[in-house]
Amino acid sequence: MLRRRDILLPILIFVLLAMVPLLGLVMRDGFILSLISRVMIFAIAAIALDLILGFGALVSFGHAAFIGIGAYGMGIMHAHGQSDLFIGLLVALAASALFALVTGAISLRTKGVYFIMITLAFGQMAFYTAASLRAYGGDDGLTVATRSLVMGLNLFKSDRAFYYLVLLFLIIAYVLCRFIVRSRFGRVLQGAKQNAQRMQAIGFNPYPYQLVAYVMAGMIAGLAGFLLANLTEFVSPAYMSWQRSGELIVMVVLGGMGSLHGAILGAAAFLLMEEWLSGFTEHWKVIFGPMLVLVVLFMRGGIMGLLGRIRGATARD
Amino acid sequence: MNFTLFLIQLLNGLQLGVLLFLVAAGLTLVFGVMDFINLAHGVQYMLGAYLAVTFTALTGNLFLAIPLALLAALVLGLALEIAVFRHLYDRDHLEQVLATFGIILFLNQGVKIVWGAAPLSVPVPEMLQGSIAIAQGVLYPVYRLFIIGAGLAVALGLHLVVNHTRVGMLIRAGSTNAPMVSALGVDIRRLFSIVFGFGAMLAGFAGIMIAPILSVEPGMGDTILILAFVVIVIGGIGSIRGAFIAAILIGVVDTLGRSFTVDILRMTGMAPSSARTVGPALSSMMIYVLMAAVLFFRPSGLFPAKGR
Repeated sequence: MLRRRDILLPILIFVLLAMVPLLGLVMRDGFILSLISRVMIFAIAAIALDLILGFGALVSFGHAAFIGIGAYGMGIMHAHGQSDLFIGLLVALAASALFALVTGAISLRTKGVYFIMITLAFGQMAFYTAASLRAYGGDDGLTVATRSLVMGLNLFKSDRAFYYLVLLFLIIAYVLCRFIVRSRFGRVLQGAKQNAQRMQAIGFNPYPYQLVAYVMAGMIAGLAGFLLANLTEFVSPAYMSWQRSGELIVMVVLGGMGSLHGAILGAAAFLLMEEWLSGFTEHWKVIFGPMLVLVVLFMRGGIMGLLGRIRGATARD
Repeated sequence: MNFTLFLIQLLNGLQLGVLLFLVAAGLTLVFGVMDFINLAHGVQYMLGAYLAVTFTALTGNLFLAIPLALLAALVLGLALEIAVFRHLYDRDHLEQVLATFGIILFLNQGVKIVWGAAPLSVPVPEMLQGSIAIAQGVLYPVYRLFIIGAGLAVALGLHLVVNHTRVGMLIRAGSTNAPMVSALGVDIRRLFSIVFGFGAMLAGFAGIMIAPILSVEPGMGDTILILAFVVIVIGGIGSIRGAFIAAILIGVVDTLGRSFTVDILRMTGMAPSSARTVGPALSSMMIYVLMAAVLFFRPSGLFPAKGR
């Protein structure tokens, strides 16, 4: 069942995002482009998290680890003189998939809050491992000399070209997740979210489905990490701190769980609010914190919930 | 690895353990009884430390400051409960995470505005200064022994309250099956407020006790919050006994790990340079490895409250 707004809203979002570089021509170049690139990269990671959180009730509190693994995949390849985009991407995705497979296989034995905490544990292990990589900068992180190359050419040197690369990956990630959710596989996943026992009773063991979803979510977040390393030309253990994982959850919940484009809106709202409010005062968190509380108290379902109510109200008029 | 150092680190581990217990006890009760994920529990610890700074400066004595700071911590905790948390009990866990995350942002920044961003400190009370010999030629700071003693005393008191009083009975019943307790005619909302205020006060007490030996700064609650979550998950959510055992375990494992991992790695024949590289990382992640291992074999922690 695909509702009309599930098609229209994402298309609107992507069209608006595609037009941002035109805006960038008028305004201070560079800054807007890198800010929105950053928003889109975190949106990719948030979509990945929404896939398992919103559709599988698997709350990963270690999802930033995959961003870090993707980023380190790119950074380490570059450090060894291998700067090709496709090879870097392949390494980032393979490393994230492997980490997701091993940690997911163990974590999925637990449920609920215990799942939250065991994913946190694995995230922290990844964090401390990265911080101990002396050869790759340790705590201080690793500077990358150049963005990834395509056949030896630095095609994405300009911020605008790189912006469209990120947008392309965002659309791919979104469409892919949308297909996963609508497939038979996705319906088993959602069934297990609603009632795991009943799914088992009708002959589905949720475990392999959840594990595959977890691996996919890990790989997509790894993609986000690969792009983040390209954007900042820097890789650091801070990418996988537990605070980052927490922020990803906040983005998904703020946008509205289980809609995929809600995750994009949540990432945008979170990062743009941060940017905007910090322009007013260094104490912007004093404003942003209570805003989150108010969102929970009075805006159930996050941004998507609000949009749904607005539509409901106008439809009745 | 000599015995003196081992003994001192063991005591340091015990001191971290009782502190973790004070924070984790409130967290596990709030979680167990109300099914409420309170990320803002760590900032109660931070507030306790800041209140200790203020009241020690006002009264000139930590012992006078303790009751005042405890009272203030209780009032602040209850104010938060009434203003915000009360409306979140029947919400989804993730909405609770979002709202309490907002509270963390607010209070971490709030203390920066009120007390400034620079780290503050509280002097150790005169009668608890210095060290005493705990064994032949082994000196240990008196104040740290005082923390261990006070923490163990609170743990014992908590054990008596939870297991041998009427309120304690209701709390235990609540962590097993809160709707049933409510159906039997107990004012569950009031029970929730009591548990919440009490938990906030315990976390505040931990913050007050640690203020003289740790720098008091914004964000100091975040690290302890994660450790406290590790403790309550290993111990089994809702179980005070589990929280106590897990807190001591985590405190000792973390402290000993940080002191001796490099030595142990070198004893196993690893080259000194790589031992120095791997050691710190390994010791930092040791408690997480421990948690993952516990959850692998016992997916509901060591002492799960019955009925969950």
